Amino acid sequence: MNNSIIKVENLSKRYRIGVKDEKHDTIIGAMLSWIKSPLSNFRRVQKLSTFKNDSAQDVIWAIKNISFEVQQGEILGVIGKNGAGKSTLLKILSRIVDPTDGQATVRGRVASLLEIGTGFHAELSGRENIYLNGTILGMTRGEIRKNFNDIVEFSEIGKFIDTPVKRYSSGMYVRLAFAIAAHLDPDVLIVDEVLAVGDAAFQKKCLGKMSETANSGRTVLFVSHNMHTIQSLCSRAILLDKGNIVKDGDTRNVVSHYLKPIQAHATEGESDLTNWPGSRNSPGEIRATYLKTLDKNGIPCSTFQIYDSITFELEVENIGQNGFVVSFLINDAEGALVYQIRSQDSSIDTENVPSKVKVQMTISKLKVTEKQYTVDVWVGNHFDKLEDLVESAISFDVINVGHSKLALRSVIHETGEWDISQN
Amino acid sequence: MVFRKLFVTEETTHSNHKVIIKPKSGWQLIDWKELLEYKDLFYFLILRDIKSIYKQTVLGFSWAILRPFITMIIFQLVFNNLANISTDGSPGPIFYYSGLVPWMYFSNSLTRSTASLISGAGIFTKVYFPRLVLPIVPCLASIVDFVIAMSITFVLLLVYGLTPTIWLLFLPVLILIMFFTASGLGLWLSALAVQYRDIPYGAQFLVSMLMWVAPVIWSINQFPATYRIYYGLYPMAGVIEGFRSALYGMNAMPWDLIGMGALSSIIIFISGAYNFKRKERSFADVV
Repeated sequence: MNNSIIKVENLSKRYRIGVKDEKHDTIIGAMLSWIKSPLSNFRRVQKLSTFKNDSAQDVIWAIKNISFEVQQGEILGVIGKNGAGKSTLLKILSRIVDPTDGQATVRGRVASLLEIGTGFHAELSGRENIYLNGTILGMTRGEIRKNFNDIVEFSEIGKFIDTPVKRYSSGMYVRLAFAIAAHLDPDVLIVDEVLAVGDAAFQKKCLGKMSETANSGRTVLFVSHNMHTIQSLCSRAILLDKGNIVKDGDTRNVVSHYLKPIQAHATEGESDLTNWPGSRNSPGEIRATYLKTLDKNGIPCSTFQIYDSITFELEVENIGQNGFVVSFLINDAEGALVYQIRSQDSSIDTENVPSKVKVQMTISKLKVTEKQYTVDVWVGNHFDKLEDLVESAISFDVINVGHSKLALRSVIHETGEWDISQN
Repeated sequence: MVFRKLFVTEETTHSNHKVIIKPKSGWQLIDWKELLEYKDLFYFLILRDIKSIYKQTVLGFSWAILRPFITMIIFQLVFNNLANISTDGSPGPIFYYSGLVPWMYFSNSLTRSTASLISGAGIFTKVYFPRLVLPIVPCLASIVDFVIAMSITFVLLLVYGLTPTIWLLFLPVLILIMFFTASGLGLWLSALAVQYRDIPYGAQFLVSMLMWVAPVIWSINQFPATYRIYYGLYPMAGVIEGFRSALYGMNAMPWDLIGMGALSSIIIFISGAYNFKRKERSFADVV
């Protein structure tokens, strides 16, 4: 008899990503489009839920034709780069979004933890939120009442249980939220990267609780960027890339397959900017022609670990007599600027240089969270006036192998270590 | 999906409980059994709404009385004393107040129900539960405000020496009509509002317009008798006039309006629920 708890067959999910607004150069043009805008807005918003034109350019397949089975009691790790389709897969299995095609069969009670503290109301007390969040996650009032004291004890909230959660410190908030989640008792548990919260001691406690859950015969699906956690919790893993399963099997093998590009120093991490197909603004003469991201051994690489050193090597041509300036802008996947490194802020001499140079800039310690990052290259003349701007000139991934999660939000202004040589 | 141990019976034990996830299309039936399984969620979401609405206010639930009461005073001064609009021979304050109480229930419920999916996006994009819960909860939670405001009606009756009729016993039916209308429209508008953010703005405007159309400041006797039966299709007409008749019996119970209103409220609710079920599969994608 087939004993699979989760059976996924040819599952696919299509998303429509936003289309850019058209820009207007004239007041008349802008006014005309303002008059027409209700109609075009309507079409745009309506498109969010319809897919009449399948070949449309703004449609992406988040996952495509995925099939796998999970047996009772198995702990399956799901790994892959950002945008590989991990979260989409979990959302479909949690019944939050519908698949576009294919089907999945899940047997037993499912609880999904895509986030902790879902539905927490800031004005309500810890006690009230335990009941609220517990029922949202799928517990009954009776189950919560039974586990109430354990939850309070696990959360270490103590006497603050009747205080509105808006008065909690962020640590208390997270501990309470996780304590509720830890007392779920489903047949299938779907977890998305929620363990990386709280301080180190609490994290350890959470991991302990997780493996306890895992060892009690429950089926667990677990997404994480932290390879240590994946390896210590999961017996089997699947590796997703661009919406497909590229590797399925023993966790150790899958993780090493995923990390291979870094270990083997694959020749990723290079970008030829001469005939750049992407977005570029070049009002001046000076041109950025070639960009590489190098690891600490000077080898091109596109995956880095937190706290690794990263070197950007940029070739610049057509530099005038007065030299040039260059900035590297590092953005995360959501488009937020994380790093801004300008040659003007360093002591490097960019004025007395030949017309063709190779610039090297090193960040000795990457202090960013595990995500995908893209780099904009901004080249200006000695008056700081734009000559050449290449957007998303190169991208690289940052992965986390055993560091506690960093929570950095503000822009990091770093001077970097610069070097220029004739090219 | 069975989360409730209470409901884990023979046919839904762990081993043979099965959920098939696949693309859905066409019209979906409402899964009443599933809704019942989520009754605890209903309960705590309603409790959250009730408890949180007047948190950190000085007057607390007094607001439920103050709003209709102050509006009633303004209406009395402007429409009765100044504009001389007839109140059908009944004392102005009781006429306006007994119209305002159901009206304010309706307008509060509808506005909050319309916004329910947008404000609840943080929940339903992370966890599965029947989404139908979200727009219905505010309509149930607002009943608390309604009951508190209603208590003052009886004080006013005492003050003016009026006695309720036997049809007071019929009020629950009127409340039900009002609930189905508010939640039915809420189901329609919340499902639309997920995708079109114009809807919450439009709904606010619509609600304020609908008040002038309802017999809140004027009485049904001023309405052309020929069209009265069609006007009954607006459920709040029968509800408000029914409240007045039941509370102090100035007119006979407007059964024609109530009947038409009951019919149309049920149509609004059922069509709203089906439209909601049809749209719900894309909520998490478009919100």
